[in-house]
Amino acid sequence: MTDPISRDDVTHVARLACLSLTDQELEAFTGQLANILSHASDLEALDLTGVEPTSHPLPLVNVLRPDVPGEPVDRDEVLAAAPSVEDHQFRVPPALGGNT
Amino acid sequence: MSGDVLDGWEVVIGLEVHAELATQTKMFSSARNVFGGEPNTNIDPVSLGLPGSLPVLNEKAIELAIRVGLALNCKVQRSVFARKNYFYPDMPKAYQISQFDLPINEGGWLELPSGRKAMIERAHLEEDTGKSSHVGGGGRIHEATYSLVDYNRAGVPLIEIVGAPDLRSAEEARGYVAELRSILVAIGASDGKMEEGSMRVDCNVSVRPMGTEELGTRCEVKNINSLRSLGRAIEYESRRQVDLLTSGQRIEQQTRHWDEAEGRTHKLRSKEEAFDYRYFPEPDLVPVDPSPEWIAEIAASLPMLPRQRRVRLAEAAKGEVADAALIVERGLDDLAVEAMEAGADATRVLVHCVNNLSEGAGQLSTGSFAALVAMETGGELSATQAKTVLADLVASGGDPAAAAAAHGFEAMDTSELDGIVDGIIAAHPDDWAAYVEGDEGERKKKSGFFVGQIMKATRGQADGKLVNKILAQRAAG
Amino acid sequence: MSALELAAAIRSGERSAVDVLEEHLAVIDAREDEIHAFNLVMVEQARREAVDIDAHLAAGEELGPLAGVPVALKDNMCTRGVPTTCSSKILEGWKPPYDATVVQRLTAAGAVIIGKTNMDEFAMGGSTENSAFGPTRNPLDTSRVPGGSSGGSAAAVAAGFAPLSLGSDTGGSIRQPAALCGLVGVKPTYGRVSRYGLVAFASSLDQIGPFAATVADAALLLEVISGHDPLDSTSIAEPAPGLLSVLDQGVEGLRIGILDELSGHGVEGISPDVLARLDAAVEALTAAGATVERASVPATVYGLSAYYVIAPAEASSNLSRYDGVRFGPRTDGATTNEMMVATRTEGFGDEVKRRIMLGTYALSAGYYDAYYGKSQKVRTLILKDFAKAYEKFDLLISPTAPTTAFPLGAKTEDPMQMYLQDVCTIPSNLAGHPAMSVPFGVGDDGLPVGVQILAPAMGEATMFRAAAVLEKSGGAQ
Repeated sequence: MTDPISRDDVTHVARLACLSLTDQELEAFTGQLANILSHASDLEALDLTGVEPTSHPLPLVNVLRPDVPGEPVDRDEVLAAAPSVEDHQFRVPPALGGNT
Repeated sequence: MSGDVLDGWEVVIGLEVHAELATQTKMFSSARNVFGGEPNTNIDPVSLGLPGSLPVLNEKAIELAIRVGLALNCKVQRSVFARKNYFYPDMPKAYQISQFDLPINEGGWLELPSGRKAMIERAHLEEDTGKSSHVGGGGRIHEATYSLVDYNRAGVPLIEIVGAPDLRSAEEARGYVAELRSILVAIGASDGKMEEGSMRVDCNVSVRPMGTEELGTRCEVKNINSLRSLGRAIEYESRRQVDLLTSGQRIEQQTRHWDEAEGRTHKLRSKEEAFDYRYFPEPDLVPVDPSPEWIAEIAASLPMLPRQRRVRLAEAAKGEVADAALIVERGLDDLAVEAMEAGADATRVLVHCVNNLSEGAGQLSTGSFAALVAMETGGELSATQAKTVLADLVASGGDPAAAAAAHGFEAMDTSELDGIVDGIIAAHPDDWAAYVEGDEGERKKKSGFFVGQIMKATRGQADGKLVNKILAQRAAG
Repeated sequence: MSALELAAAIRSGERSAVDVLEEHLAVIDAREDEIHAFNLVMVEQARREAVDIDAHLAAGEELGPLAGVPVALKDNMCTRGVPTTCSSKILEGWKPPYDATVVQRLTAAGAVIIGKTNMDEFAMGGSTENSAFGPTRNPLDTSRVPGGSSGGSAAAVAAGFAPLSLGSDTGGSIRQPAALCGLVGVKPTYGRVSRYGLVAFASSLDQIGPFAATVADAALLLEVISGHDPLDSTSIAEPAPGLLSVLDQGVEGLRIGILDELSGHGVEGISPDVLARLDAAVEALTAAGATVERASVPATVYGLSAYYVIAPAEASSNLSRYDGVRFGPRTDGATTNEMMVATRTEGFGDEVKRRIMLGTYALSAGYYDAYYGKSQKVRTLILKDFAKAYEKFDLLISPTAPTTAFPLGAKTEDPMQMYLQDVCTIPSNLAGHPAMSVPFGVGDDGLPVGVQILAPAMGEATMFRAAAVLEKSGGAQ
């Protein structure tokens, strides 16, 4: 929390998040994210040694389901909602470009 | 890999084995877990990662994971699922639910055929991805014009068994995978079919000067689809690394792709290009904390493991058994041990298991197997006849004496056989002289001739061992 | 007429479901252009359902407690075959192949689903201005926002478009718009209401809950949608709480704490007229026999900071699945990755992108411990401090929102200003505790003010008793 987020950080994060930003957006986001993160700097003052993290509000364990097949969804209904389909499969552009 | 190929260098191998668990349904939903099938038929909102869908853990997958952990001598513990985030079309949610810092099984070992223990770091649960097929450019990813994605496999439960860098040769690595496979099959955790991709191996390879302790920079080799390619990939990759080092270059930590057709590895990405997976605890799932009672119950239900079964077979046979692994793999060891305990001759029992029961024991019961071997060693049946009778027993069960009678296999009385042998000797005086006077090779050759003639005359009903005995007696005068 | 009264009238045959529906459709016709509460009014489907209900009633069948009552759904709950957009371009036109569990329960109870309501995109916002389809306006003053993110659901009930609606609350998204629109709005205990089919924002915080004009109507709707669901691993294995039956039990003898940190002595920016209404609520509760004292839950002041790490972190992962592969619109690209980037860049609005970026950063290598790890620990502190307070108190109270409804555009320039809207509501989400907003008079501008009642996990019944007392005390007028 000591280092405010840099423009490079924002570029890197956009790549991780599969987003592309214009220069203008990059500028705006860098400022806004730095502002939000600096608000979170109040946590720095807290002594959290020995405190366990909580990822679930309720202490549930072992929620299991029997290994019994259920109804599949209707394939045609699912494929009808897809942007591109061929041979009952989801079609996507090539993983790698022709010359990459 | 022989020492002379990598003279002065030691190869260090650690394997990550993924095995699909033999459940009816997927890890987190009730869609079916079956191999193949029409594309996108075994799917539901969860396995497609549709908005609003939520995972619910399959109890059987947890049970099978615990079985694996116990069979590999791991500590079975409270575990937490995490999300591993990365974008890829065959990963429906753009994150894989896996286990990260708290795997269900930690620390264990597997005994190699050599008797040496290879350490296991962890065996954790995760979900499988869908499958992309690349269209155009001959199906090669680099030249494809587009891809098609089938999510039938997405969400199939996997156990990832992470081995320590404990293996020292391609042969040892193959032995490790073969042993692991037989364990997984024996405990019913997986069908272990590498050819169907239900068992997959990633291989970390590094080399270091013989006698040094420090580990070299490793490369991870992916896309290994058989035991044979595992061996080839390790040999290629260790050779490549030694060549680089001996020519004064450095090894870059990389992920590499094994190309079976070209017989070489290609760079996929370097360490710097490695993904930032942004693991965090999966908020849609709660921890799994198996009770000691459940673990004990599963432990009690584990069958004897291949290693223990090989030992038991050797003990029953009162000595080393060359094909113990094969017999155990075929699941014939119970039959063999019980037959030997019932007094059947160990050598004949093992010969039948290896040569005549390759398709399994079928309807053959332990009692009739032991009885059959007894008839054989007692001279009532020849080896050829025994094989024929055995095939009947496998196909339709029953009693060996009755089966032998049905074939007309009756123990020939010795005087009758004596007469036939004498007749054949008389009919072939030159051959007989060669048998009697020839050197060992000659005698062996002629012995074959006479046994053949006698078998022909008896239509195969004579006991070959007895014939040889009579021949020897006649020759000795 | 309240939902309870409507249901009774329909059940007794005094009114028909069709008439009730047509009346509401007429109100929608009159004001929807001005308010924009809905992304979709399901006219035809609702008419079919109402006709069905009337037919069943005519046949003398026993129907559920909501038979014939129109209910509006926030547009992040999956409805089979009916567009579910989350007010995002990235889901425009998507028709889920399945119903959310709450939708199934509503239908089973006889409710008539009247439409899908507008919201801040993916529930990220506090004003319903972040909708790809334009803002919703507050029916009480159309120059003002209805609050958010469930602003469409709040506006629908406030405008008389439906007597009941469902929203989702991740950081206050039901309670704050309820306060700003003068309604009762409830965030149940985490796990009370199934999240299956609720398009996730932040999985460990999201919870579905009711909007209604009266406490009893909210109780009725919550009873219908609550209860264990095996399709949600975080669902509590308890039946729905009995709420309607406890509403007249009063607060005599209850110990109620004024949550100091959220009531002018910790977090800043809470307006004096709002605090004045809290004082009035204290008087009403005291007059009804409760003991009311100041209470401290110190860690709640860190709630906002922890929330704006945890919620975006989970969201960044939850929203990764919108990649243009399996559903929804696609923007083309030469490679898979280019297509995914183009689709996401085109499909998400600014606030969603901002939170995805924030969350991705908080989880990325090197920052996890500083942000996500730390926030999870703050969550532990908040839980502990609440537990301590609930040793002394049965319930806590605070304002719901810092101010009354603000003008459109007032807070769109500075994200942080908008985030501060959630300061009083966030702690209950982090703790997983139930909380509700009850209208209690108006502020200096004549617009409604809400009082928040907080309860420990599973404490809905007691919470509703206090809500009923506030409603009855007349302070709401």
